[in-house]
Parts: sequence; C-alpha cells; structure tokens
Amino acid sequence: MSSSRRAWNHAVKAIIWVCVVLTVALLVGLIGYIMVRGLPYITVELLTTQRSAINGTIGILPNIIFTIYLILTTLVIALPLGIGGAIYLTEYAKNRRLVRIIEFAAESLSGIPSIIYGLVGMMVFVQGLKFGSGILAGSLTLSIMILPNILRTTQEALKTVPQSYREGSVGLGATKWHTIWTIVLPCTLDGVVGGAILSVGKIVGESAALLYTAGTGYKLVTNYFQALGTSSGSLSVMLYVYYQEYGEVDLAFAIAAILMILVLIINFLAKLAKTKLKKG
Amino acid sequence: MKLRNTIEKLMNGLFFLCGMVSIAMVALITIYMIISGLPAIAEIGPLDFFFGTEWASTASDPKYGILPFILASVYGTLGACLIGVPVGLMTAVFLSKIANKKTAGVVRTAVELLSGIPSVVYGLVGAIILVPLIMNLFSLKNGTCLLAAIVVLAVMILPSIISVSETALSAVPKEYEEGSLALGATEMETYFKVSLPAAKSGVAAGIVLGIGRAVGEAMAVMMVAGNVANMPSLFSSVTFLTTAIAKEMSYSSGLQRRALYSIGLVLFLFIMLINTVMGRLLKKGDDDKK
Repeated sequence: MSSSRRAWNHAVKAIIWVCVVLTVALLVGLIGYIMVRGLPYITVELLTTQRSAINGTIGILPNIIFTIYLILTTLVIALPLGIGGAIYLTEYAKNRRLVRIIEFAAESLSGIPSIIYGLVGMMVFVQGLKFGSGILAGSLTLSIMILPNILRTTQEALKTVPQSYREGSVGLGATKWHTIWTIVLPCTLDGVVGGAILSVGKIVGESAALLYTAGTGYKLVTNYFQALGTSSGSLSVMLYVYYQEYGEVDLAFAIAAILMILVLIINFLAKLAKTKLKKG
Repeated sequence: MKLRNTIEKLMNGLFFLCGMVSIAMVALITIYMIISGLPAIAEIGPLDFFFGTEWASTASDPKYGILPFILASVYGTLGACLIGVPVGLMTAVFLSKIANKKTAGVVRTAVELLSGIPSVVYGLVGAIILVPLIMNLFSLKNGTCLLAAIVVLAVMILPSIISVSETALSAVPKEYEEGSLALGATEMETYFKVSLPAAKSGVAAGIVLGIGRAVGEAMAVMMVAGNVANMPSLFSSVTFLTTAIAKEMSYSSGLQRRALYSIGLVLFLFIMLINTVMGRLLKKGDDDKK
C-alpha cells in the first residue's frame, strides 16, 4: 500500500475522532455549563413560592404545577387515542391502503414544526372553540403533537408479540377483543410505557406550541379545573419568557438546570422501561 | 353470546375511530392553514408578498414582503447543514463501523441526550455564550445574527442526522465491505467509497430530517438571531419564517395577523415538501435493501 493512501486512512480516521469527541464534548459542556450557572439559584424558595412583587419572592411553583397538569392531561387524551390507533393498525385493519394512509398521516404529523401546532391550536382551541389560553388548549395541542410518537412505539411493540399467542387464545374460544385485552396488550407494556416516557420528555421541553395555547401565566392556580382555562406557563415557556422579556438570566438558568435534570431522569427511565418491562 | 358480539363490534368501531384521528388531524391542520393563510396573500398580492423585500407590519404605510424571512430560513438551514452534516456523518460512520460496543454505547447515549435537550435551553446557552463570542470575535456591535442561529441549529440537527444515517450505514451488507477490504482498499476508502454510497438514500433521509428540524425551529432561533426583518447576511440580525410568526403573534391584529397566518402557510408548505422528499428517500432506502 502506498504511503500516501495509508496517510489518508489515518487522516480521515483522525477527523472522524475529532467529530465524535466534538459531539460528546458538546453534550458534556452544555450540561456542565447549565449546572454551574443554574444549580446555585435552585433554592427552596424558588421551588415553593410564586412570583410576587408584594412578598418580594421569585418562585416557579405555579409553573411546576402547570407543567405537571399539562403532562397528565395530555397523556390522558393522547395515550388512549394512540394505543387504540396502533391496535387498529396492527390487529384490525384489513385494508392495506388505509393502513398506509394512516401511517403517512402520522409521519406528516411528526414532521410538522411546533410553531405550526401553536398557530393551529390557538386558532382552533383558544379562539374557535373558545377554551381560552390554558391547560386545556395547551394539552389538546400537545396531544396531536405526541400522538404519532405513541402510535409508533405501541405499533412496534404490538408487532413483536408472537402470532402464536393470538392464535392460541382465539383457538381456546376467546373473542378478538378479549385476546387483545388479556394477552396482546400486557405484552406491549414496555413499548407503551417507553413511548409515554418519551412523550413526557417532549411535553416538558415544548415551548413554541404552548406559547399561544397554554399561555405564559405565572399566578398560582391550585384548582385543576380552573387551570384548564387560565393562562399557565410551563417551565420551558417561562424560561423563554424570563430570559427574553424580563432579562432575568439567572432565573432562566435555574429553570434550564431543572429541565436538564428532568431530561436526564426521563432518558434514564425510558432505558429502564425498555429493559425491565420486557416480557417473554 | 349476543353481548360478546356487541362488545366485539363496538371495540372494532372504537379502534377504527382512533386510527382515523391521525388522518383527521392532518386534514384539520391543512385546511385551517389554507383557509386562514390564503386571504392575506390575495389582499397583499402574491408578488408583493413573496418577493417584497421589506416587512414593516406596524408602519403607517405597512409593507408585507416576506422574502427576507424566506431567505433567512433558507440560508440558516443551509448553513446549519454545512456544519452539521459533515460532523454528523463522521459520527455516524464512527458509531456503525469503527467504535467498539462500549464506546458506541456511550456516544449513542450522548446523541440521545442531545436530542432530548429542550430548544429553549439551546437558545439560552447560545444567547449567553455564543452571541457574545461572535460579537467579540468579529468586533460587531451586536452578536445576535444569522451566524449565531446557524451554529445553534447545526448543534440541534446533529442528533437527527446521526441516528438516521447510522441506521442506514449499519444496514449495508457486510459482504460489500469485506469485498472492498479484500481487494486492498483501506478501511476509510471502504467506508466512504463503498458503505456510504450503498446507504445514500438513508443518509439523505437523515439530512432531510435535519433540514426539516432546522426550518421548523422557532424558539432557539428567536433567542439568538435578533429578530429584525433584514435581508439576511451572516452578521446581520435576521428573522426566520418561524420567528416572524412567533414574534408578532401576541400583539397583532387585522391584516397583520392574517399575514402571519400566511407566513404559517408558507412554512407549512415548505415542511410538507420536505416531508414528502424524506418519505420517498426512506422508501427508496428500503427498496435498495431488497
């Protein structure tokens, strides 16, 4: 082998290593920087009070509660729809064409940028149906956004259930629905839980779709049903609002640190769900 | 027995409806975007709207030209690809061909985590570190500019490019590479002249996915690009299609608001075009394997 070709081989390999190190270093640097800037500002007061000029407190408790409300409401709407859709696609649908159209629709949904969801959510839910800015409009918008995720992860899990399980159950005289409910669905637990956890990650990180649907409110609303129609800023949205509109960099970094910790926990849980809940 | 049949039919219908939700939502979004987006384009005039170089929505004599936004989005995306694609491709080659299992696991986790970081966090770090850096490096008055957006977007599209390309590269039959190595090609010659061309559809799909991400990103760009409706240049403050919508939505009304819906429609059409291209590429990649 000529020496120049060998030199090329080494040079390209070196470039590859540089790129890999760059990618990993980016992540480590990002996490490190955010923690260093944000952690010192995460205090008990920050986590347990609300923003109030009278008391002189700057807390994000309302936004933590709003984020939890958003997660729960969105999952309650999207999980049944997504799981049901996946069951239809893998267990019931006989028309290949229809399946392809549904799958294409789901792919299109996952490619639409969140700002478009925000725009349509505002037009349909906030103004059209007059829900006003709040948890309800925000959750409905997010439900459409995460639907393709849940659909795909459930569908993949359903496909791994051996056909013989279904045949055995039906052979013993069980109806199709009974088979799905008692045999097939329990085997897909890992996929469904994994999909739900990843969706939580998406909800926690979302901002553009929520800005004009859930709103940017930071007043504490403890009554869930009142929060449905009250402007409620999630943590990510408030990070943006506090940095861009109030110029409060430290507070923004504190929220960023909380978000990063959540991202780490969510990724860990998703991995755990994959390995621990796997049956058979 | 009768009850069982009824339940059976009921569930069948219920699941069918769940399956239809995705189609209904795509239809709803498409119809809403078209109905709300078209009137302002007609009112402003398509020529003035698409090719007007000035956007002054709040002026006494308002101008609604979105060419600056379109160009900023296009340049921003191209710039991000210029940085993100090479780095992403190299990392994908590393993951699928070079790395041992343990190293690959670590790098893969890092890539997954990168894709999980919220866009506002990218925006914040970009605004606090990158923007001052650019300002000092090029001695500008203000560091919020197209370049800052390009760098932030490049980082944000990395995970998409890496994970899709890696899947495509790993699917290349081992025999191709073994044949090439046996003929005396070096490792790198094999990966770049045999494996990469064999996986080109999948790799292209990864790049197109990254392009879609970059075109659609709003918040991170909003925090680093300055949001002035200039015709784009590397060091000037710019507005993307996405940020044009997000920036004025809260206080707009009348024709200005309807024009924002029109920008939304343009963005939507861009994305649908990108999605279609990606669908084709992925399908082609699957066909190549057969």
